[in-house]
Amino acid sequence: MPIQFDGRARRLGHDINTDYIIASARKKETLDGNVLKQYLLERIDPAFAASVRPGDIIVAGRNFGCGSAMEVAVTVIQAAGIVAVAAESFSRSFFRNAINNGLLAVECDTSTIVEGDQLAVTLDGATPAVRDLTRGGRWEGASLPPIMQEILGAGGLVPYIRRRGSLTGDTRRGATGSR
Amino acid sequence: MLHRQTISEKILSARSGRDASAGDIVICRVDHVIGTDASTPMAIDYFERMGGTRLFNPERVTFAFDHYAPPSPSGEAFHARVRAFVRKYGGTLLEVGEGISFQRAVESGKLLSGDLVVGADSHTVTCGALNVFAIGVGSSDLAVAMMTGEIWLKVPATIHITLAGNRAEGAGAKDVALALVKELGSTGASYRAIEFFDPLDQFAVDDRMVLCNLAVEMDAKAAIFPTDAATRRYLAVRANQYREACNADPGARYQREIVFDVSAVTPQIALPHAPDHVVPIAQAIGTPVQMVFIGTCTGGRVRDFREALEVLVRAGERIAPGVTVVLTPASREVEAILTRDGTLARFAAMGAVVTTPGCGACCGTGGVIPGDGMTVISTANRNFRGRMGNPNASIHLASPAACAAAAATGVIIDPTLLPAAY
Repeated sequence: MPIQFDGRARRLGHDINTDYIIASARKKETLDGNVLKQYLLERIDPAFAASVRPGDIIVAGRNFGCGSAMEVAVTVIQAAGIVAVAAESFSRSFFRNAINNGLLAVECDTSTIVEGDQLAVTLDGATPAVRDLTRGGRWEGASLPPIMQEILGAGGLVPYIRRRGSLTGDTRRGATGSR
Repeated sequence: MLHRQTISEKILSARSGRDASAGDIVICRVDHVIGTDASTPMAIDYFERMGGTRLFNPERVTFAFDHYAPPSPSGEAFHARVRAFVRKYGGTLLEVGEGISFQRAVESGKLLSGDLVVGADSHTVTCGALNVFAIGVGSSDLAVAMMTGEIWLKVPATIHITLAGNRAEGAGAKDVALALVKELGSTGASYRAIEFFDPLDQFAVDDRMVLCNLAVEMDAKAAIFPTDAATRRYLAVRANQYREACNADPGARYQREIVFDVSAVTPQIALPHAPDHVVPIAQAIGTPVQMVFIGTCTGGRVRDFREALEVLVRAGERIAPGVTVVLTPASREVEAILTRDGTLARFAAMGAVVTTPGCGACCGTGGVIPGDGMTVISTANRNFRGRMGNPNASIHLASPAACAAAAATGVIIDPTLLPAAY
């Protein structure tokens, strides 16, 4: 079943590390996304968090989410109401964490997308894509391997594992499972 | 017959039970699972929501209190959650002061050649110094590994780096690592593993840990050394069991092969605010510093502090006025050795602050936080703006010797110039 999100582009640059997304020093106080979202990307722009509207789409350059593998960098983005991230490339740990939490992350050319552009981000089968409805253009992202499609399709790693009991589907490995 | 494999392909084949090549997606059995106080509280939440009822093997799961050491009240609350989890499900708990999670894993002697280590700390890759495939993940992957002993992985292509040429006097592993980060850049190893080769046997396991650690700042998935003489020397006094070396096959296919001339590496420094913003330290000489941090997983080991002390001794064994010097041993073992040999006492006598083993001031979670407008020189691996807890401070990254030279003089200076230029 294809996934589609329409939203407004929020333009960021290259090498946005997870500490910039949410500072470790903030995260040491709480893991609650609803609290932390007020500090989202504060190092890049202190006014950013207050300007986020539900449905916004982050558009970044190279190496988005580099640095610490802290998963709260993904859950804070989600708590703020952002539904997808498109970047020229992602740090692998951020990309995994995004998919695991059901945040659509599309790796594609983003160079011509401008702050405020209206975008449609889609995942049809293995192929994610970004369309710029404001100034035209469509870019397909690197295709997702089947396991990532399944995790995204399930709504994230929690429902995926709840259903299967484990990655291999062997329910004896840890969880009770519920299939 | 299996094809000729890189170390990564070999380990992930053995752990997935299939002949895996770069690009394949495999589900692997994990040998060791590591969580920290920064990542485990969230992993417990995922574990419970996934329906977890037990750890796959409590003897293979370790949680370390390293980021919040010592803890603030909120850190105490995270610790309480992890303690309650361990009481209920088991696992090894490394309390405040025991040290950095993966440092402890390496010291333990329990990591065997060919192991697969999953740790919810991006710098878990450090364990690759012992010929293991070690990967940093987030809390949800940690939860799955805790529960099932499994992780899915895309087998990475490998960049092979030969550390060629004799290391120059005064240039340490940190300088070589920073020079490599500069050479490859912040995305130079994205989605790939780095396989190091040290033909001249000039990087001890402690040095190799620094090289593997900083591979993350090139976005490497893993960084691995083969088992060789240095590995055996390190493990001889620590391990009570061995496994055959898990080295690459002759003719293994690499995506890129680099012969990196370490003889050309001089002392390096990463300028604010990016780890790949590296220049020879000669280009930063004279910048005044107000804080010096020696510690962490790229500068908190025994030889790091001894080298730093040696530089300070050459400069009269005193700290320049107006400079705060903070020392954080990477582990209890490091602290004990440096206590026994008097190193820490001599630093303390100079006025340095010696803190609880762990991550310390590196990420603003459990140590001294620099003040507004302060310039810091640190042995850590990240210098993003605000990394140490204050966005109005500037962080430089360098070797323990360079940090000590700055402590002695109050300015950034090439440590090889001391005391002649001082």
